[in-house]
Order: sequence, then structure tokens, then C-alpha cells
Amino acid sequence: MSIWEYANPKKFMQTSAWALPWVMGLAVLSLVAGLIWGFFFTPDDFRQGSTVKIIYLHVPAAMMAINAWVMMLVTSLIWLVRRHHVSALAAKAAAPVGLTFTVIALVTGALWGQPMWGTWWAWDPRLTSFLILTLFYMGYIALWEAIENPDTAADLTAVLCLVGSVFALLSRYAVLFWNQGLHQGASLSLDKEENVADVFWFPLLVCIGGFVLLFVALVLMRTRTEIRARRLQALLARERLA
Amino acid sequence: MMPDLGKYAFEVLSSYAASLLLLALIVGLTVWQGRRVKRRLAEVEARTEAMSGGRADG
Repeated sequence: MSIWEYANPKKFMQTSAWALPWVMGLAVLSLVAGLIWGFFFTPDDFRQGSTVKIIYLHVPAAMMAINAWVMMLVTSLIWLVRRHHVSALAAKAAAPVGLTFTVIALVTGALWGQPMWGTWWAWDPRLTSFLILTLFYMGYIALWEAIENPDTAADLTAVLCLVGSVFALLSRYAVLFWNQGLHQGASLSLDKEENVADVFWFPLLVCIGGFVLLFVALVLMRTRTEIRARRLQALLARERLA
Repeated sequence: MMPDLGKYAFEVLSSYAASLLLLALIVGLTVWQGRRVKRRLAEVEARTEAMSGGRADG
């Protein structure tokens, strides 16, 4: 069995139909559990007060906003190299979800920044590259809508995705090599022995899991819709010719 | 039951309200688009099948 089997739309539809209810169920379960745990059952931080509760939305959303673009980059490369239509459609399907996570991260970041930094917004390297990533998401979605030929649209959006990856990486790593920013370093990292205090860390992990699962579920749903829409266009074209 | 959010209540509650609204919007939009395309495809497939069946009968 090979992963390329899923490039076959029929196989993808079969497998995703089976997986989707499980992934969506787990996503809802972990999001509800994580957010209730974080909002109702965690203490205030000694410096940030109750604004620490924003972490359960901001960190997973920002993380997934960047990872969604990375997923789009991988699927775009697969399209460019191997010409698998499902992979181009999966990239298209992921963009509105990634854009939503990006907007959530920007809004919650501004709401946290006002009381903590004294400003809603700063032209900090990380924030600025994240804002540019948002514009890339919008441009990517607009480009798909603007081009009638689906293969040409997939080609051009894949190139746009490659260019936008610079800003996805900058949003993640700018804080490491640009020291003049307001934004602090990563709140959590797999290679650190200790991240934030456990009382915040565990509900945060559940929320991150929830956001990841929600992203997967939404991308599966949207890719299925894109595959159906592609078939619909083909049938309508055949009808017109008949 | 509601935790005491102190002087940051507006910021915290607005963050949760805005995020949940945006999540509900993307989920709702995804479900709505999915259903619409599925229904339209079923209609066209039924029409195509009827046409090809009619041709075969004729």
C-alpha cells in the first residue's frame, strides 16, 4: 500500500468518508474539553492576570495558521511535481481554514497586547510577517477564484504558495534572529525541558490537539466538496457538448 | 461558576467570543458549501443517468 493511492479521488472519498466523523468528533471533544478546562479551571497568571486564558486560543490558532500554510506548501509541491489533482484541491481547501486561524491569532493577539504591551498593534517583525501571511492567504484564495482553468489556477497558486512560505517561516522564526521585536519567544517547544507551568500547559496541549483535529476535519470536508465540484463541472461541460 | 476575570474581563471575553464566532463561521460555511455541491451533483448525475438510460432504451 502506498500513500499515492489517496491521490485517486475515489479512494480519497472512500477513506475520508470513514475517517471524517471520527476526526470531527475528536476535534469537538478536545476543543470543548480544552477550552472549558482553560477558561474555567485554571488560575490567573501572577503577571498577566486573567489574560493568560487567551493563550488557549491564540497559541493553537497561530501555530495552525503557520502549519496550514506548510501543509499547502507540501501539497502544492506534490501538485507541481506529480500532478495529482487531489493534492491541488487539498491545498485549495486548506486556505480558508488557515485564513480563519490567522485572523483568530491576530484578533486574540491584539486583545492580549493592549493590556500587556499597552498597544493593540506594533510593527514588530513577527507580527508584521504574520500580517503579510494573512494577505498571502487572501491573495491565494482570490487567485483560485480569479482563474477559470483549474489546472492553470492550481499551477499559479502553487507558485504563490512557494513565495508565501517565506513569510510563514518568518512568522515562526523572526523572533529568533530579529531582536528588536515586542513579541516574546515561543511559549512552548518540544526540545525544552519545561515550558509554561503545568497548570497552563496541559489544557493548552488539549486545545492544540483540538485545533489540529479541527483543521484536519475541515480540510477533509472541503477537499471532498472540491472533488465533487470538479466532477460537477465535468458533467455540466459534457452536457453542454452533448 | 463564571471565573472572576477582574479588570481584563473585556479582553478575555472578547477573545473567546470572536474566536468562537470565527470558528462557527468556517464550520458553517464548510458544511453549507458541502451540502450545496453534493445536492447539485446528485441532480446532475440523475439527469445524466436518465439521459443515457433514455438513449439506451431508444
